[in-house]
Amino acid sequence: MQQLIYFIQKYRYFLFFLLLELIAFQLIINNLSFHNSKFINSASTITGGFYNKTNSISDYFQLDTENKELLNENLILRNKLEKLSQNIDTIAVTKIFEKTKLRQRYLYFKGRIEKNQFRNNYNFLTINLGSKDSVRKEMGVINSKGILGITENVLHNYSRVRSILNKNSKINAKLKNSNYFGTLTWDGFDYNITQLLDIPRQAVLKVGDTIITGGMSSIFPEGIPIGRVDNIVNGASIKRIINIQLFNDMSSLKNIYVVKDFDKQQLMNLEKTDNE
Amino acid sequence: MNKIRVFLWIIIILLLQILVLNNINFSQHINPYLYISFIFLFPLNKNRFIFLLAAFLYGLTLDFFSDTGGIHAASLLFVAFLRLYFIKLFFRKNNIDYLLFNLHSEAFGQVFNYVVTITIIHHFVLFSLDNFSFNNIDIVLLNTLYSTIFTLVLYFLGSYILRKKQLH
Repeated sequence: MQQLIYFIQKYRYFLFFLLLELIAFQLIINNLSFHNSKFINSASTITGGFYNKTNSISDYFQLDTENKELLNENLILRNKLEKLSQNIDTIAVTKIFEKTKLRQRYLYFKGRIEKNQFRNNYNFLTINLGSKDSVRKEMGVINSKGILGITENVLHNYSRVRSILNKNSKINAKLKNSNYFGTLTWDGFDYNITQLLDIPRQAVLKVGDTIITGGMSSIFPEGIPIGRVDNIVNGASIKRIINIQLFNDMSSLKNIYVVKDFDKQQLMNLEKTDNE
Repeated sequence: MNKIRVFLWIIIILLLQILVLNNINFSQHINPYLYISFIFLFPLNKNRFIFLLAAFLYGLTLDFFSDTGGIHAASLLFVAFLRLYFIKLFFRKNNIDYLLFNLHSEAFGQVFNYVVTITIIHHFVLFSLDNFSFNNIDIVLLNTLYSTIFTLVLYFLGSYILRKKQLH
């Protein structure tokens, strides 16, 4: 017993150091896994509020570019609407719509990025939407140019989004001109380039082809743009990696939308019964 | 009085790190980590519990703001633990000298060795934890090298300018 006390006396600083270091390692490991990252993150009221304040100052410098981007998006949406309304007009003559079939599947919430991160290996964004805006875990986050990430930790006022620039991120994506789909990942090097894996060998690919979301999961709607093929490593072998140049400039993001899928619960229940 | 000034400097450096230095991203990856000067500013004391705990909490605050789990806390704590050994090694100080120890009054050569060693160790631990695997060790080493240079330039420039001011 005396020996033990003497030992603790002698190495008390080292033991204290070891204890704190163990806590730090626990936090690091928790942060790497998807569902455990609860404690240390920038979505808390203090840190989120802090970034909110600093952003309200720096926002003024970007008003011009933001306005242009929103105008562009409006233009695209207006053109789409025009096309759709024409289609509906011509169809309505021959077919009567049932009201239940016109049900909306996706709902968008508008929000703003409080903190953007793209330099690390595991990047996260903080947005100013939380559970009070009925944002939940595992919803898609997009903007006018493409996808940004998936919400993973939702607090009352803010939530943390796992960026597509995160080594753990895996997102279903497909080619626009055919229905071959693969997995979108990131290798941690260049924040404008992500990797598309698992595209079957028979899929014909050219540099410049557009990649869109696949709609296989209930997180992103089908057809949201991601990027274009930049180059293809390993030609037509099974291990080929397709580098995707993102449409978004991930280093300057501001306005975002969060996607809610009304059918998510139904789809999940369906998949559950399949496994039994 | 002196303690309050050190405390204020530590807070200012923390804000500077969060708001400005974390967003520099020189050629995409390289950032200075000036918050390491916490180790050089914090007064020496015979009881090291407070210093270790303060270093841990300081790093943790930074982690809160930059979504990095605990890598800043772990790496800052690591060099905080090693600090005393390096002070003994480079400056040959005993327990009696701790109270009056001041980096400004030491020879520049010794201070340079001390600062460079601690910065390199800290940055290496930081980037290894950020990478968290044995792959890409070359990138870890390159990042360590570039960021160390960046941090050291900022630190020595800053301390030079501030010391000039104090003399007048």
